[in-house]
Amino acid sequence: MRLKVEPRREVSRALQWLTPPLSVLATVVAAFGLFALMGYDPVRALTDLFVTPLTSQQGLAELALKASPLVMIAVGLAMGFRANVWNIGAEGQLMMGAIAGGGVALLFYGQEGWWILPLMALAAVGGGMAWGAIPALLKTRLGVSEILVSLMLTYVAEQFLSYLVLGPWKDPEGMNFPQSRMFSESATLPILLEGTRVHAGVLVALLVVGVGWLVMSRSILGFEIRTVGSAPAAARYAGFSQTRTVWLTLMAASGLAGLAGLFEVAGPIGQLIPKITPGYGFTAIIVAFLGRLHPLGILLAGLVMALSYIGADQAQVDMGLPNAATGLVQAMLLFFLLASDFLVRYRVRVVRPAAAVQAAIGASQPADRKAVTS
Amino acid sequence: MRSQSGAHRTQVAEHGNTIDRLLLRGLTKRFPGVVANADVDLGVRPGEIHALLGENGAGKSTLVKMIYGILQPDEGEIRWNGAPTAVPNPHAARALGIGMVFQHFSLFEALTVGENVALGLDRPEKPKALAERIRTVSQTYGLPLDPHRHVYDLSVGERQRIEIVRCLLLGPKLLIMDEPTSVLTPQEVDKLFETLRLLAAQGCSILYISHKLAEIKALCDRATILRGGRVVGACDPRAETAASMAALMIGAEVKSVARRAGGKPGAERLLVGGLDLKADAPHGIALKGISFTVRAGEVFGIAGVAGNGQNELLLALSGERTVETPGAVLLDGRRVGHRGAAHRRALGLCAVPEERNGHAAVPEFSLVDNAVLSGHGREGLVAGGLIRTRKAADFARRIIAGFDVRTPGPNVAAASLSGGNLQKFIVGREILQNPGVLVVSQPTWGVDAGAAAAIHAALLRLAAAGSAVVVISQDLDELLAISDRVAVINVGQLSEAMPTDGVSLEKLGLLMGGMHGAEVAQSDVPAREPAHAP
Repeated sequence: MRLKVEPRREVSRALQWLTPPLSVLATVVAAFGLFALMGYDPVRALTDLFVTPLTSQQGLAELALKASPLVMIAVGLAMGFRANVWNIGAEGQLMMGAIAGGGVALLFYGQEGWWILPLMALAAVGGGMAWGAIPALLKTRLGVSEILVSLMLTYVAEQFLSYLVLGPWKDPEGMNFPQSRMFSESATLPILLEGTRVHAGVLVALLVVGVGWLVMSRSILGFEIRTVGSAPAAARYAGFSQTRTVWLTLMAASGLAGLAGLFEVAGPIGQLIPKITPGYGFTAIIVAFLGRLHPLGILLAGLVMALSYIGADQAQVDMGLPNAATGLVQAMLLFFLLASDFLVRYRVRVVRPAAAVQAAIGASQPADRKAVTS
Repeated sequence: MRSQSGAHRTQVAEHGNTIDRLLLRGLTKRFPGVVANADVDLGVRPGEIHALLGENGAGKSTLVKMIYGILQPDEGEIRWNGAPTAVPNPHAARALGIGMVFQHFSLFEALTVGENVALGLDRPEKPKALAERIRTVSQTYGLPLDPHRHVYDLSVGERQRIEIVRCLLLGPKLLIMDEPTSVLTPQEVDKLFETLRLLAAQGCSILYISHKLAEIKALCDRATILRGGRVVGACDPRAETAASMAALMIGAEVKSVARRAGGKPGAERLLVGGLDLKADAPHGIALKGISFTVRAGEVFGIAGVAGNGQNELLLALSGERTVETPGAVLLDGRRVGHRGAAHRRALGLCAVPEERNGHAAVPEFSLVDNAVLSGHGREGLVAGGLIRTRKAADFARRIIAGFDVRTPGPNVAAASLSGGNLQKFIVGREILQNPGVLVVSQPTWGVDAGAAAAIHAALLRLAAAGSAVVVISQDLDELLAISDRVAVINVGQLSEAMPTDGVSLEKLGLLMGGMHGAEVAQSDVPAREPAHAP
């Protein structure tokens, strides 16, 4: 007996939309077992992870705060993924955006003015794009894989940020801590909701979702991106340029990642520090796929993912669940999503021995030698 | 002039004392909707180089796939050294001593020659001993090959040698070569022929598949000619003229087609002059000095056996591949050789590539989106960067209504349409854009007769309205029916254009078989009867 994987004749659309919620459910079930094995009360752990954050205004505010960078980055990444442009270095682009935008804040340290924040935002987008331009240039000119280049550049950005906050940009009154000065009032995002940390960046993230949807579903640009991803030859036939698509999608993703990075340092953090995010740039990849590469789906997926971050904090404080549990839960989510995606497209069939011989005849190897040696 | 299978059968049986090494009797293979081989008889003697000649789709590949065990015949028998034999799979074929060199190689570029050979062996061998054997065999047969070199370093000719050596290591009794020279330079062809002659002299039979008449005359002892899946003749190619074989290959009974009344030729709309294009893949064809002119109101046909540069020519005309000389392509007098597809389309050049899925259309997109694909510019389907969905849907509906596309509606995926319906949609989409020049490749491939007639009529209407139409097709009947002039493409070169009225089929066949210039002129003598009848 053996197992055979074969493509399904028809792929159900309903199932394709059902797999994300199903994966969340499967994650909950698996986490239940895992926590029980680790000796934690699974019900309490799961409640902390997925429910408690939703029961307070503070929790909901944190959810919005953490979801918005994920959503912003994922919308940008999804454009590229649609066109088979695999930018997995959003984390580095995020850091370069934070450095460029934060640099502007430090440059005008102590000055006040409405123009400082917009200038920082422009610089952040530019910084992210500059980092995204390197894989774009190498891919379009030399055919270098953007996967490797964008990923490796993340570590370069990380070192660069460390160098800055340990060296030239270190806060002179900071007791030698690796951090910059705190940004001044004009260089910090306005708070939307008194008593929480929810800042104007959340609105920008919602705007990005709306614009992202318009571009991908209604514009000729989005059409071009989808065509390049689905059928490169048809794209050339239609006169769409592959090079332009690579640039466009990498610039969109890296610009948004840069902006998201700025919103972290000019929002909840308020200064440059060596570690700006718990890996939003990478988590956004999961968010993009969990959201089916569709801006509205990404909005939902971003909220779920943010919940897992906040819930893990909650569980850590409440019952000492290790922080690695966040990573575990996220990884399980992606695993279940990919696995169920696979099962939506393919089915596994049990092939019985007799059938196996039948199937193998005419294919290649089996024991039909006797028949031919006559 | 055609030998019927009865006469042919007699001949197979009558050649005296030697038993045929391979004898096929009444071999038939059916695929859904088509009979690929019908009642094929074929005998190959020991030490003989036997040509299997025929156009694309004549059934050559199906036949050899049955001999090599890739396909199973529905009827008939295969006799090996006189004994009825079943060949259930290629493994069994190799065990019998049948080797095959495919047109497209199956080699791992990252591995060495020796490793590639080892992977193809049915029984594993020690690398060192194998390398030694490869050296010996390659020297014996004049196929210089270093077992330690990596495949990515090797020329196409050298790669073919690996495949041949791989077969020779098994000590084959019958070697099947599928269009082996289509990827080789003339010098490499000469070397290959020496090797094959040497093999034959040592008693190995060779079944040589080709449509190139000159090669067959130069190399083969006997030839069997297939057309439409049937054996239509057998002959000694050295005693035949290329013309008589060409006539057998493409068939003499071409229907007297209703030619349209030739209108007054209008202005030159498309002028191609000295168009050169490098091959972009190992199996690609380079275009060499392609020149032709198409006037308003004219249908220009380009004939040729598949894989002779038709795809490359379409890409070079549509602008999907560009050249550096702007003057190589003139569109209504404008130099566009260096301009891409979008630019040429805006200037009025539309194209229908051969491949429907993934080239002319995106299978998973709706028909509306597929209408946007090529129509977004000329039909004004975009405003302010956004797609005008209603206008796009209207355009899709006009195509569906105007070209009788059978579909539940414009919002279904292109993949759900049958091939013929999708082709009608694609051709309709281009024609409704009212192009000044339309380039169509294989307009009726896989399309039923009714739909084909509708597409032909639409193309003729477009020409009558003052457009220039270029039709690239392997279907001679189609080209003779709708074109005013035809030319033949062969290994990336285009012959002189000939008026369709009064063009000799024989000449077309010779051109398709790769006989140019002097040879053509010389063979314009009336065809002799092939000397195969007993």
